[in-house]
Amino acid sequence: MNAGLHHYLAVSVLLFSLGLFGVLARRNLIVIYMGLELMLNAANLALVAFSRFNANLDGQVMVFFIITVAAAEVSVGLALIVALYRKRQTAHVEDLTSLKY
Amino acid sequence: MPQPTDLLFYAFAGLTLLCGFLCVANPLSRNPVTSAMFLVLTIVSMAGLFVLLHAFFLAAVQVLVYAGAVMVLFLFVIMLLDLKEEERRKLRKVTVGLGAVAVAAIAGILAKAVSGAVPFGGDKLVEGGTKPLGRILFTQYLLPFEVLSILLLVAMVGVILLSKKDLK
Repeated sequence: MNAGLHHYLAVSVLLFSLGLFGVLARRNLIVIYMGLELMLNAANLALVAFSRFNANLDGQVMVFFIITVAAAEVSVGLALIVALYRKRQTAHVEDLTSLKY
Repeated sequence: MPQPTDLLFYAFAGLTLLCGFLCVANPLSRNPVTSAMFLVLTIVSMAGLFVLLHAFFLAAVQVLVYAGAVMVLFLFVIMLLDLKEEERRKLRKVTVGLGAVAVAAIAGILAKAVSGAVPFGGDKLVEGGTKPLGRILFTQYLLPFEVLSILLLVAMVGVILLSKKDLK
């Protein structure tokens, strides 16, 4: 069976679900960030697959932009985690409840 | 008779999903460093999928930016914070169960949306080498490209400001 658009999209959906599960179930801020990266990558895969099978290069340009924005996002997010750790000595979401009560 | 590219697709897709699973839900180890290593493997095998889709430039950028820069940043922060005691905490069963239900629901919606997708390029398939991508990037998408450089500058200044010890 030839690997077509639907095969790539299926991989993309499964990878997005894995990332989402990581964000919802894990409690370590850094691992949650890795789940976010997985979700972004899944979206990238879907865009590249659409770009290839629709004979249009715009999707790949979008992926290029997404990779750049993700790099900026990761750097800012990790700097926030480091600043948070300095203040609260934790990178665990269940310890960060000062906005909850 | 399956073609070699199809076999490669199944190999890379399986590797991507397996390593993605081991990254977020490794049953043996809850160490963030292990997760980061499996994330590297996920990203590299995904670059293989990009090559199979003839997006050669993006495959190279994926390896350089994600497996290079982003993962070094992740590992740096993991080593910087001492997260030993995080491993010992138990995952709550309720959280995992509810998370799985929510994920299954969203995956179902996505699968339904995606199953209706039809390739409308006909037999034409696009080649994503450096040359066509560079051309479209510097003509049609010139303004977003330049705005992106400002975004990177803003992120850099923001990170330096955030990581200063005492803000004055």
